[in-house]
Amino acid sequence: MTKRWEGPLQQVDEFRWEIPQSYKPGMLTNAIVYADEAMMKHIREDFSLEQAANVATLPGIVGSSLAMPDIHWGYGFPIGGVAATRQADGLVSPGGVGFDINCGVRLLHTNLTVSEVKPKIAELVDAMFVAVPSGLGTKGKIRLRGKEIDEVLRKGARWAVESGYGEPSDLIHAEEGGEMKGADPDKISARAKERGVPQLGTLGSGNHFLEVQVVEEIYDAEAARVLGIEAVGQVTVFIHTGSRGLGYQVCDDYLKVMAGAVPRYGVVLPDRQLAGAPVRSPEGQDYLAAMAGAANYAWANRQAITHWVREAFGQVLRQSPRDLGMWLVYDVAHNIAKLETHPVKGKPTPLCVHRKGATRAFPPGHPEVPARYRGVGQPVLIPGDMGRYSYVAVGTEAAMRETWGSTCHGAGRRASRGAALRALKGVNILKRLEEQGITARVVSPRSLAEEASEAYKDVAEVVRVADGAGISRSVAKVRPLGVVKG
Amino acid sequence: MRRYRLLEHTADTGLVAYGHDLREAFANAAYGMFTIIAGRRGVRARVKREIAVSAPDREALLVAWLNALLYHVDAEELLFCRFQVTELTETALTAEAWGETIDPGRHRLRTAIKSATYHMIEVAEGEPCRVRVILDL
Repeated sequence: MTKRWEGPLQQVDEFRWEIPQSYKPGMLTNAIVYADEAMMKHIREDFSLEQAANVATLPGIVGSSLAMPDIHWGYGFPIGGVAATRQADGLVSPGGVGFDINCGVRLLHTNLTVSEVKPKIAELVDAMFVAVPSGLGTKGKIRLRGKEIDEVLRKGARWAVESGYGEPSDLIHAEEGGEMKGADPDKISARAKERGVPQLGTLGSGNHFLEVQVVEEIYDAEAARVLGIEAVGQVTVFIHTGSRGLGYQVCDDYLKVMAGAVPRYGVVLPDRQLAGAPVRSPEGQDYLAAMAGAANYAWANRQAITHWVREAFGQVLRQSPRDLGMWLVYDVAHNIAKLETHPVKGKPTPLCVHRKGATRAFPPGHPEVPARYRGVGQPVLIPGDMGRYSYVAVGTEAAMRETWGSTCHGAGRRASRGAALRALKGVNILKRLEEQGITARVVSPRSLAEEASEAYKDVAEVVRVADGAGISRSVAKVRPLGVVKG
Repeated sequence: MRRYRLLEHTADTGLVAYGHDLREAFANAAYGMFTIIAGRRGVRARVKREIAVSAPDREALLVAWLNALLYHVDAEELLFCRFQVTELTETALTAEAWGETIDPGRHRLRTAIKSATYHMIEVAEGEPCRVRVILDL
């Protein structure tokens, strides 16, 4: 069903391409795509560029419709899409956030080295697999009573820490401090809460994972040191998950609300999945309050999982998580809409920045960046596929100027799930990973092919473009030692 | 007649489902969705859930129907295997779905589905009737 996209595309420089505003009626601005020439060949193979053009029709959009180098076909927005709309008269679009509200990544530091962890990796991955419920139909271990879910939705990671999952210091090193303001549990449906209650503290399935990693390369020793990455061979942990069924239901509920709102506000959109309402309308405000609650659920989820990962390490390595140095480096949200003020034509302007499969990348000195990192920029976590490597980067001034302080969020899919399954028919992926020195535990081995390296772009290429364009700056590369997946 | 076929989509999976009438096509779309989640075999029809949804049009109704079933997967840990759409108008659907509680030891679980989407959605009457939906995995 996929045809090549043949729309107009002008190469601006080595890493930037433009779809002119004249491409189709209704576009209020151009679209800028970050990619190199080799990557663009692949990007043209699906309709993600059409989606980037569609985003340019959102009422109130300022600057360009932006697409990060991990752009691929989504629904409504492309994955990797970034768009800012004026709060005064622009739209907020739930499709610009996606179903998995505040899907994100966190990075844990350890004092351990690869030589200490490697002999125990199987035991460690097993312990994590047991400690963190994952996969379909696995109940969480947290039992929420009565209205307790509302506290989770209001307080996010703070709820988890107050309930004994983690340390107060964990709340300093997360986007929004792991607690987005303006959350209103009353704007979240009973059905969304019913989906969320049994799933709090679960990893889920699909591309969500826990990963024990080793630092393989350091590109900027000074910035790395500030981020707690001291040497090649050091062990780190990535946690990647989101708001589970609660977030999906919030998105679904508000897509319905927005579909009703679109004609009321006289909005015409090329794709139903882009439906939205003015940021300052009752529908827009309700969505943002519900979205913040779902985002907080995701932060509570990653926080509880962090606690169990620490316990698993403590149990296997027979030391306390504190002695193991398992502090939280940072936590980023890569599916979210944020109310932020950015200069537009030289004037500070309140905007609604949609990041759909994109990571905030604020520069050094920004007040939203925790004090510890203010000299180097906000940490950016860019997971690759489970067979290769991931990156730790920092935000830049160029990102602030060009992309509302945003960069890529991962590798981006290259092949459809079906294509990956066919290409890997008969390949024992668990065994292949083991041969590469990666110990994996999965609930559904049947879905593993869809997550193999062949299904994704090489994240190194994605990061090279982000670095080349200057919208983030690589600090270190980490390679997986052990992986847990649903 | 084939009940459904899968569509390729980079990030996600879509399906086209067929039926002698739209009720059957909607039921087959649900069947197709649950085979993506847990394969074609192994789920038994032990419990029944009654589903009633309304939406402004038939396309939105298709999304609402599939998402109502996904709600039961998360909230009640149910998998469904048999579907009967008893009533389908332009704006309302009532149906029955049979299935059982998820048993990771016995069910051949593949992947969770986050949601049905409006992206490229299509509901077409004809011989056969045909519906298309993209699922966010």
